[in-house]
Amino acid sequence: MTTELTVASGRGAEPRPPRRADNDDIPPARLSWRHRLTNFDVKVSPYLYIAPFFIVFGVVGLFPLLYTAYISLFDWELGADEQPFVGLENYTYLLGDSQFWNAMVNTISIFVLSSVPQVIVAVLLAALLNTALRGRTAWRMGVLLPYVASLVALTIIFANLFGPQYGMINSILEAVGIDRIDWQAERWWSHIAIATMVNWRWTGYNALIVLAAMQAIPRDIYEAAWVDGASKARQFFSITLPLLRPTMIFVVVTSTIGGLQIFTEPKLFAPAGSNTGGAQNQYQTVVLYMYQSGFQDQDLGYASAIAWVLFIVIIAIAGINFLITRRLASTGEG
Amino acid sequence: MAVVQGRPTFVEPPSGKRSRRASKGTLSERRPGFTVYGILIAFILGSAFPFYWSFVVASHDDSEITGDPPLIPGGNFFVNAGRVLDTIPFWKALGNSIIVSGTVTLSVVILSTLAGFAFAKLRFKGRNTLMVFVVATLAVPTQLGIIPLYMTMAELGWAGNLGAVIVPNLVTAFGVFWMRQYIADAVPDELIEAARMDGCSMIRTFWHVCLPAVRPAAAMLGIFTFMMSWNDFLWPLIALDAENPTMQVALEKLQSGYYVDNSLVLAGTTMATVPILIVFLVLGRQIVAGIMQGAVKG
Repeated sequence: MTTELTVASGRGAEPRPPRRADNDDIPPARLSWRHRLTNFDVKVSPYLYIAPFFIVFGVVGLFPLLYTAYISLFDWELGADEQPFVGLENYTYLLGDSQFWNAMVNTISIFVLSSVPQVIVAVLLAALLNTALRGRTAWRMGVLLPYVASLVALTIIFANLFGPQYGMINSILEAVGIDRIDWQAERWWSHIAIATMVNWRWTGYNALIVLAAMQAIPRDIYEAAWVDGASKARQFFSITLPLLRPTMIFVVVTSTIGGLQIFTEPKLFAPAGSNTGGAQNQYQTVVLYMYQSGFQDQDLGYASAIAWVLFIVIIAIAGINFLITRRLASTGEG
Repeated sequence: MAVVQGRPTFVEPPSGKRSRRASKGTLSERRPGFTVYGILIAFILGSAFPFYWSFVVASHDDSEITGDPPLIPGGNFFVNAGRVLDTIPFWKALGNSIIVSGTVTLSVVILSTLAGFAFAKLRFKGRNTLMVFVVATLAVPTQLGIIPLYMTMAELGWAGNLGAVIVPNLVTAFGVFWMRQYIADAVPDELIEAARMDGCSMIRTFWHVCLPAVRPAAAMLGIFTFMMSWNDFLWPLIALDAENPTMQVALEKLQSGYYVDNSLVLAGTTMATVPILIVFLVLGRQIVAGIMQGAVKG
């Protein structure tokens, strides 16, 4: 988000006639034809090359988002004969819908439970990986293992591990003398279970990003601190952590955009393919509620209103993150 | 996040080597002790455990799972695997996933490289504004537009068709950004100029000068795109049906019954995971390097 785009001086792209234009063998008529063709090539080609992105983004990104806003103003039921215009009624209903607020709280709760421990563990793990290990690549691959496996498969495996009756985790708890926990029925425990899946999958990945940033810190800063007699711990808190701040904010921003759209984990944590996120919606997230409203209850207008409110929340939070980053960068702290 | 500079000099293509060399043999580094290795081993064992557990359950009869769960694999895996093949169209789902992810990967790599080349090396009106727009779309949660997308696909008669999950992912903002950053550094302007002087058309310049230089970055983009596409779940779940699913959708169908047969379900997840683990063993080094480069470059 803080990346600056600097201008590449593309001298090679300037229009110039082909070298053969100087050649006497070529008749003048053909020369000008070629010349015009080259000019056309130089002028139009760049737009042709970037066009696919803008077409695809326009058709499957921008248009659907705008059309979602349009649909959200209608009582748009799937398969109904007519879709009456209702203005902002979907939104006013949404603001008084306790299930929506419940889903919003669940989403934020799961997001906080997954992002805070994750960033802390990722930094510590990166510090361990930044030592002179034997066989560096093998260790790095090791911590990245959860990232490559398919999310659906992993969520199913974790739903099994957290199973209330025969789950592995409850067996361990019982073996050490702690009461079994109903990981699905109890709201906060279900959030912890889902956050565990997210943490398990992404901690190693984020550790590698932090590790890359750690390696970009110039060595002579550490050497100067070492000469001044700073301990390893002091170096970590006074040099490493402050210089990592931009990367940490990057990690937090990207995980915000992803984390607020969490869907697969709560969807598959429920046993029988339901969309309610537990009997009392105790772990239903906003995107899961949108899915339930749109594709189970077939109320596309209402689902669109949910999508737009979430969209605004995400953009607002990403924007706040961005402003904080800029602030930190301009005061020279980042 | 580093600022990428576009000086017209022969910049060495970025690689992991530089940072590795810099971090070796300085006076502040010592070989870590057993504690560091111990913590890392514990972490990696924790990372690997769910895979192991999945295989353990998958290799037992479902009735054995009740009571105290077993800790070592049993001998029932192939029986359970056979039941998976009877319950869901496993091979069809595998084939579909390969077709979808393969097509998406090929398309993303080609179209992103082409756009990245234009943004990094060609001059045209509005270039910088358009590039800022591309970067801004990275923050747009396009997943929230799935309702009109579904209506569009239904209108076109594409619902249930693999095209519905391929077309929306043909080119990504991340891909364009990634390739632009790499090409700006890795392809010298002089080389492009020379090709143009020799009368190469734009597309031939791209093909003969740019493409050979960007293979490493294109390969990494390919690996990441393939993994993202392979894991995609929400949109395929809406757009496809149980008869013609991708792997992720088929796995979900395996789990959604009133009675959950754990051995069956986890045999399915094991079968879907093993090919990915093999790919990871082969390409893991590139995946690690890709994540670390992406972080430093922005």
